[in-house]
Amino acid sequence: MDRLVLLVSTGVARGLVIALFALSLVIIWRAARIVNFAQAAMAVVAVYVAFAVEAATGSYVLAVLAALVTGALLGAWVERGLMRRVSGRTPLPGMIVAIGLVMVLQSVLGILFGPKHRPMTPVFAETPLSVGGVPVLSRYDLFVLVVALVVVAGLGLLFNRSTLGLQLRASATAPEVSRLLGVRVPRMVTIGWMLSCAVAALAVLLLVPTELGLNAHSADVLFVHAFTVAVLGGLDSPVGALLGGVVVGVIVSLVTGYASAGLAPLAVLALLTVVLLVRPGGIFAPKEARTA
Amino acid sequence: MNRPVTGTRARSVRAIVVRAALLTLLALAATFALDPFRNYQLAVIAATFCATAGLTLLVGLTGQLSLGHAVLMAAGGYGYVLVAGPAGDAGLPGPARFALGLAGALAASGAVGVLLGLAGARLRGPYLAGLTLALVIALPAAATQIPGLGKDQGLSVPFEAVPGPLTGVMVVEQWHAWIAIVVAAVAVTPLVVLRSGRAGLRMRAVHGDEVAARLAGVSPARVKVGAFVASSLSAGLGGAVLAVVTQNVSPGRYSLAFSLLLVVAVVVGGLGSVGGAAAGAALVVLLPWVVETVASGLPADVAQRLSGNLAVAVFGALLVAVTVAWPGGLAAATAGPRARLAGRLPRARPRPADPSSGPSSDPSHDLRPEPRPITER
Repeated sequence: MDRLVLLVSTGVARGLVIALFALSLVIIWRAARIVNFAQAAMAVVAVYVAFAVEAATGSYVLAVLAALVTGALLGAWVERGLMRRVSGRTPLPGMIVAIGLVMVLQSVLGILFGPKHRPMTPVFAETPLSVGGVPVLSRYDLFVLVVALVVVAGLGLLFNRSTLGLQLRASATAPEVSRLLGVRVPRMVTIGWMLSCAVAALAVLLLVPTELGLNAHSADVLFVHAFTVAVLGGLDSPVGALLGGVVVGVIVSLVTGYASAGLAPLAVLALLTVVLLVRPGGIFAPKEARTA
Repeated sequence: MNRPVTGTRARSVRAIVVRAALLTLLALAATFALDPFRNYQLAVIAATFCATAGLTLLVGLTGQLSLGHAVLMAAGGYGYVLVAGPAGDAGLPGPARFALGLAGALAASGAVGVLLGLAGARLRGPYLAGLTLALVIALPAAATQIPGLGKDQGLSVPFEAVPGPLTGVMVVEQWHAWIAIVVAAVAVTPLVVLRSGRAGLRMRAVHGDEVAARLAGVSPARVKVGAFVASSLSAGLGGAVLAVVTQNVSPGRYSLAFSLLLVVAVVVGGLGSVGGAAAGAALVVLLPWVVETVASGLPADVAQRLSGNLAVAVFGALLVAVTVAWPGGLAAATAGPRARLAGRLPRARPRPADPSSGPSSDPSHDLRPEPRPITER
């Protein structure tokens, strides 16, 4: 029972990181109708910068800021420099460019920093806290939980309560009409990318201390999990991403804890397959318009 | 690829088969001019070509991006070993064992292909790509968890020795190159026939506008599943050949990186172009080797860092550059010169001088290769 509680609560904390990353995929999908396969690699680049900043200044807050800023700049650069230059009528060219970008970024990181994992000490201890004698969460997991919830709430406020959010949503759903009404749609797409990449960078920064360490490939699995989550919830649904993240996090944690770590990717694949076959557009997807 | 624009279907199929046979003979003859290592590379290229030809058909004609073609090759490789291994133990002679192994490869890759195709028929763009991506990432776990697949080390493949009459003529690498070339011809020719005919038209129709295709009586789901299965059978044969040539099947060989290389090959070659797929296969096999050769001259620590990474960086940059700047790939870039060359060659049979001046209702009009940007296919 104690083990179950520990596994579930750790799963929720991990799941919120996955949810954050999935949310970043959802933001780009809603803004530009592209699944950014390069999201993980871009976020890892931002975390390398954060790593350097932390090593230089010793301040975790500055490192977080550096990750956010680098992520946003990378996002803007990729959108302006690459994605805008390919046709957006089908998703194919955008996906292919993103895949090429992954290969470039990961191999350049590999050349610069080598294959070894750089450990990152968490800002808070990783020993579990006990509630009434039952080990529940470590301080770091608690910190992750709080940060993730704050970011999700902040994004919710931004999208639903601010003018910028309204413009972002409008240009995503009806670009032509929004342009006629005076919204600068291309700028909104760029802002969407910046937001999304900053959130992804934060998610990877939160993840790295709980894993082996920082490496060019350390966010690959996170990306697959987050993609699964985004698909579970439907790429259009932020709420779906949040719930899906927690579900996948708990499932991975339970499978790893009770069966073996090797089975976790298979469990995620099975979940993804079942959901895609039962609800191809995701569980929270709106009903598709009639086509014929 | 210049296909005949006149004549009946039977004639055009015959022309394709004749051309494939000639190219195969040419490739077989070329093996005599190569040393064993080059022949080994040629065999790997031929195996990769099986997969890229299937992938280019799938992506270029139906617009379904599969990031998991390495898994289909792996299915072919494992299918080959799981049948050919016991068959070899039972004392079957070489050719029968090899044929049974290929049947096993076809069955395994076909089964995975049907499943993926069924998923692909329901999923659009990013969802299918993500599912296939998850599949590639889960492959090592599957190979470790499913009993009988030999875990990380994989399985060793029965050795195909040079048959008796040829032992004085060739070494084993050349024989493997022959096997690879013949299997590639057998795998790819049906794809070209499929593409040039009604099935190819249907795939283009479904890719162009699913609703219009449905109104015209084409079932998009059936077409997509069919394309996926055809593509995976070819990839499975490629996997079987790769297993024979390298004498081993292990999950590490069919990594995500390899899957992405296949995508690079078809994009750089030009989506939808089988000739481009061949060029792309050669590129993804040879370029890493060239890069390694160049890097080995550098100091050891630099070389170790560049090892593997530099080639991937070059491929990634190629992928981005081709998609942004030359969306048609090599096939489109060389279409003009090739057309001029073909124009200078004497014609064996009459053809319409300029297809654009011919009757536009001619259904074969659409069969011409059109080096348009991938987005417009």
